[in-house]
Parts: sequence; structure tokens; C-alpha cells
Amino acid sequence: MTSSLAQARADFPILQTCVNGRRLVYLDSAASAQKPRAVLDAMTAFYEHDYANIHRGAYDLSLRATDLYEGARAKVQAFLGAEAPEEIVFTKGATEAINLVASSWGLTHLKSGDEILLTTLEHHANIVPWQLIRERTGITLRVVPITPEGDVRGEDVCAAMTPRTRLVALAHVSNVLGTVLPVREVAALAHAQGALVLVDGCQAVAHVPVNVRDLGADFYVFSGHKIYGPTGIGVLYARCDVLEAMPPYQGGGDMVERVTWEKTTFKAPPARFEAGTPPIAEAIGLAAALDYVQGFGFDILTPHDQALVRLAHERLTAIPGVRLFGTAAHKAAVVSFGLDGVHPHDLATVLDSEGVAIRAGHHCAQPLMQVLGVPATARASFALTTTEDDIAALESAVRKAKDLFA
Amino acid sequence: MTPSDDLRDLYQDLVLDHSRTPRNFRTLENANRHAEGDNPLCGDRVALFLRLGDDGRIEDVAFQGQGCAISTASSSILTTLIKGKTPEDAEQLVRYVQAKCSTRPGAPEPSPPFALSSEEATRLEALAGVRAYPMRVKCATLAWHALRRALAEKVGPSA
Repeated sequence: MTSSLAQARADFPILQTCVNGRRLVYLDSAASAQKPRAVLDAMTAFYEHDYANIHRGAYDLSLRATDLYEGARAKVQAFLGAEAPEEIVFTKGATEAINLVASSWGLTHLKSGDEILLTTLEHHANIVPWQLIRERTGITLRVVPITPEGDVRGEDVCAAMTPRTRLVALAHVSNVLGTVLPVREVAALAHAQGALVLVDGCQAVAHVPVNVRDLGADFYVFSGHKIYGPTGIGVLYARCDVLEAMPPYQGGGDMVERVTWEKTTFKAPPARFEAGTPPIAEAIGLAAALDYVQGFGFDILTPHDQALVRLAHERLTAIPGVRLFGTAAHKAAVVSFGLDGVHPHDLATVLDSEGVAIRAGHHCAQPLMQVLGVPATARASFALTTTEDDIAALESAVRKAKDLFA
Repeated sequence: MTPSDDLRDLYQDLVLDHSRTPRNFRTLENANRHAEGDNPLCGDRVALFLRLGDDGRIEDVAFQGQGCAISTASSSILTTLIKGKTPEDAEQLVRYVQAKCSTRPGAPEPSPPFALSSEEATRLEALAGVRAYPMRVKCATLAWHALRRALAEKVGPSA
């Protein structure tokens, strides 16, 4: 571990707090990551010194706010390796980003009999929007199965693809199993069939380097709060030509050129998709979060996560009765598990009493739970602040739960 | 490793016993009332079966399902408490349990709707350990909500 990562914990005010008299061991970053001081400071500084609405005022303050907001867009563009800032649409989160694509692109380009390919391990946010579109268009949703290890194989994607496949929508990293999906391979297969690719990058952006052009993603979405940024801000990346061919998702101020009672014309992307006053401070907070993450770099972050996953697998499987969910060769910072005879919720309650915060439940992936054959799992997920001591605390708390329920 | 005292308020021996060896965990022949409780958040699921006798009393009760220790123990304890009760008494018991499980620290203890035997009172007291864990109150009351629905059901031979 590098010295800079070793001190990262000190950057997070909330991690200085105690739970039940113990050091907080926060292992739920996959649900939402904690915020470093740099993000909180950037947002406070904006409100204290530069706040005004954007794209409107003919005064200096509004200009400064606009520059900061558009600067955040440029930062996201660079972070994702997009070609132009116009390819970055700010949304309130990944969920809204997928709904935007489903409504705007989906209702324009999909008709009855067309197919969308999803995978078994998708989050509800990448299932339900497509079901809503299915009701309105008569499209078919096809599901690519996963291997027992929790991996998605190119051949299974091939097998599920048909000439009617218009879109393959998949997670970059599974929020339950931690699998890093073979997005580049899937994108190549999809493009060969003339289908587009939407990637849900929520669990990826804080853990693996992302380059949308290299991946071949036509759409890439993520939420700011999972990469140490604030809630209420998310990103939709889409190629310029794809965005150009999409109608507005919501109507309102700032997305129009000229409004008359007879006819309204719309701005070009990304403004076309950002009706109303956007989450300005949140975009600025997100930019600070991306700076913070890039200050370490994925050359450090990815191996750090992988070492933690290996260690957690080792420590947890050393406990009799522990079963891991998701053992793919290529995993990011998520470890799901169960303990024989102990419901995940009881496990989480016992862990909480030890200051160890994990998630227990279906993780908004109920179809995956059915395939796993369990109502819920316990999930530990890691951040750049997570240490080997945290994994030791996890192990010791799981052993305690085992003793209690033995 | 010994569990902290706080945790032992929740997972008392009596609760652990009922979760490991749930009473009346079976299907019920000739059930004439039935309701399911479902907590999609954690995947807890309980199916409650009642048989109301000709005199209107709860003649027999059983449950099936899967859930956490708290919801399983609560369902089990429920089945031990309502047999022989009238639907009206059972309904009052539901309200009492709900109040008891969500009594805040320092707030007055709710009074039982009718005299409980000391064993019955002990079982409910153990269940009420959940009050220090607001996130788990739903687990403890899941079966009791199902009981209320089963009693409100207007179908079946005894309806």
C-alpha cells in the first residue's frame, strides 16, 4: 500500500467518528461512498463565493458559476475518455440517466419485436426502465445467463443475440458479485450485429479505469455518490451522433432555443437534456471527487481493491459455514457472502454492533437473488480508505455472529 | 468472544431458541384463514395459517416461511400466544405487540389488553428487545401484521 493511500482515511471526516465506541469500519461503499474533505470544501466554497444560477445572468457571479459547472463537465469528459464535453449530460444519478436513454432513445428507435439484451446480474435500475419501455413499445427483453462464478461469457451473449437486438445494456461491475464484466468483448459482439451498448458504470468508476471509446460504450452512466461525490448528480455519456438523434427527455428552461405557442425549438446536446436548473454545486462536488480519485490513480486503486478482495475471500472462507457469492477471476471491490444458519440481516446487525457497516439484502437485484437461490446476501464493499485492518474487523465480527447463533 | 450486552437484548436466549426451533412451524390441515407477510427489503416471508373453530376462537395456528432470527422467533412466539383466543383478543394482542416493540426509551410501557400468564409476558418481553433496533422492528412485527390480515379475511368456512 502506498503512503498516500495509507493516509487517505484522514481525508474523510466521517471516518473519524466512532460507532458503539469502536472505530467505524465502513464496508458499504457500493451503496454509497463517504465523502472526502476536498469534495465538501469544493461545494462549500462554491456556495460561499461563486454561487449563482448558470447560463443566465449577465453578471460576473453567474459567469463564474457557469464556468465551474462547465468545467465539471470537461472534467467528466476527460475522466471517461470521451471525445467532447458535449457528450456528457448531467443527470441526478445513474437511474435517471438510464431512464433518459430508455425514454428518449428507446421510444424513438425501438418498435415491437425489437430486442434488448440484459444480463442476469443487472441492478433494478437497468431492468425496470426497459420493462416500462417494453409496455409502451412491445419490445422483448432477453437475459444473458451468468456462470456459477458470476461471470458473463461472450459466447452466451452471442447465443442470446438475434438480428432484432438493438441494444445490449449491462453493468461494468456487478453490485452484488463484484464481477468485472467483459464489456469490450460484448461491445464488439453487439456492434457486429448493429446493436448499441449501454454500460452501467456505477460500481466501476471508483475502482477500474474507464475509457468509453476503448470500451466501445455507446452509452455509459454512473452516479456521483458512488465515487466519493455528492448525491443528486449523475452522468450520462453518449456519443455525439447518438445524442443528436435523441429527442428531449424533459422540457423546461435552459434546454430550448426559441419558445412560441406554436412551436418550440431545442438546443443541441447536452443542454437539450438538462431542463431546469441543474444540480450545480453537486456537479462541482463531483469534479472535486474525480480530482481526488485521480490524485491516486488507478495504477494504485485497482490493485489495492483486488488485494482487499483476495484477502476478504481468504479470511471469510476460513470461517466454516461461510459461502461466497461471486468468485469470477476478474472482480472489483465487492464481496457477497452468506453464513450457514444465519440470515444476512442478523449478520448485519451483529456486525453493526462491532462497528462494521455492511449491506444485507437483495441489493436491488432480485432476479439475481432468484438465480443464486437466496432471499438476500451480506455484502462488504471497499473504498480507497479500506484497509487490511478493516478486513480483519469484518472477519472477527462474522466469527462473533457465528458464535452467537451457533 | 462474548456478544455485547446490547446485542443480547435483541438476541435473548428465548428469541434464539424460538428462531432455531420454531414452534408450530408446519402447514395446517383445514386452515380457514391464511395471510402472507412479505418484507421485500430483506426477503423475509411468512405464511400464517389459522383454523377458527365453531365457537369463533382460534383453534389452531401454524406458520411457514423463511426469515431472519427475529422474524422467525416472532412468528413462533405469536403461534404460542394466540391459540384459544378470540379474534377480538388476538387483534388487541397485535396492537399491544406493535406498541411494545416500538416503545421509545423513557416512554411509558403499554399495558397488556388482558391478563397474560408470566410465561406469555416473558415471551413478549423478549421480543420487545427489538425496540433498541429500529431497523429491525419490521422483522418483529411482520407475522403480527399477517395475523391482523388473516383475521380480517372474509372468506373461508368460518367467515
